[in-house]
Amino acid sequence: MPTLTIQSDLCKGCGLCVDVCPKKVLGFDPSSLNAKGYRPASVLAPDACVACAFCARMCPDCCITVER
Amino acid sequence: MSIVFSKPLSLTDNVLTYCPGCTHGIIHRLVAEAIDDLGVQSQTIGVAPVGCAVFAYNFFAVDMLQAAHGRAPAVATGVKRVHPDKIVFTYQGDGDLASIGMAEIMHAAARGEKITTIFVNNAIYGMTGGQMAPTTLVGQVTTTSPYGRSEELTGKPIRVSEIISQLDGTAYAARVSAHDPKHVMEAKKAIRKAFETQRGGAGFSMVEVLSTCPTNWGMTPIEALKWVATDMVPYYPLGVYKDLSKGAA
Ligand SMILES: Cc1ncc(C[n+]2csc(CCOP(=O)(O)OP(=O)(O)O)c2C)c(N)n1
Ligand code: SF4
Ligand code: SF4
Ligand code: SF4
Repeated sequence: MPTLTIQSDLCKGCGLCVDVCPKKVLGFDPSSLNAKGYRPASVLAPDACVACAFCARMCPDCCITVER
Repeated sequence: MSIVFSKPLSLTDNVLTYCPGCTHGIIHRLVAEAIDDLGVQSQTIGVAPVGCAVFAYNFFAVDMLQAAHGRAPAVATGVKRVHPDKIVFTYQGDGDLASIGMAEIMHAAARGEKITTIFVNNAIYGMTGGQMAPTTLVGQVTTTSPYGRSEELTGKPIRVSEIISQLDGTAYAARVSAHDPKHVMEAKKAIRKAFETQRGGAGFSMVEVLSTCPTNWGMTPIEALKWVATDMVPYYPLGVYKDLSKGAA
């Protein structure tokens, strides 16, 4: 099964990964904030991930690692 | 488990200083991926500009210098002539390259310097707070064109790739974009091709990458990507403008 790791401390909450994911795997958890004060992207529906890596390719801050 | 995607080795672990959603970060990664793919990390020397990318020397895990505003091609010329066996690149914004540095880039290309320029066109001066650039679109609102860029007053935006490709010293010139995954993959190919062209010794190479500045465009990062597709790409057509590299048709 594909595994997605988001380095939340690097995330700036821009939402590009959330918007580009064709499977709606990613989203924002309203209760989470990182040390910089950004709301990091979270993996909300891990089972739907197809490891296309669109999210990682659009992340400007290289926060995302995709494995399968 | 195998890695499908991870951060390239030619980027450091330093946190990028760009605003949320700014595609400078994607372009940094593509340059680093190209360096990794060609296996030239230990042989690459980069020159950072003045602009938001002024700290690029903190982000690329290769030898880096930082040049005076617009002068990166002149500095890169010196570096390459002293180290002809190295891969030498400049990373420049549109204010840096097409405004104050227009003379340096044109003459470096005309001389056929065997360097590669990564030209980040975001149609604005980002670092200084959003002033009009030579690449600002007609009608685009900036702090120095508050009613939108007037063609009557300031002419039309400069299409650098088209001009550079006309110079005999230019071996490779392409315009790409970083606004969606498909275009990001194409951008990566073009950057790799530019480095290969340099390695083959054919002449000057440049990749212009259409990029966003959500902060100074006054848009969300997602709106900014859409604006690249709807407003920038029609004026700045994507494609390879010149390819004299060995084996090219
Ligand atoms: C000699 C000199 N003139 C002007 C400036 C002010 N200045 C700093 S960055 C910049 C333009 C930056 O725009 P761009 O090259 O498009 O890069 P961006 O920040 O958008 O990535 C200007 C005019 C300066 N630092 N030095
Ligand atoms: S790898 Fe593809 S499917 Fe999985 S989260 Fe990223 S964009 Fe969505
Ligand atoms: S694209 Fe990167 S920085 Fe932006 S929200 Fe997603 S993980 Fe965070
Ligand atoms: S000011 Fe614009 S170009 Fe500079 S980092 Fe912010 S979004 Fe990017």
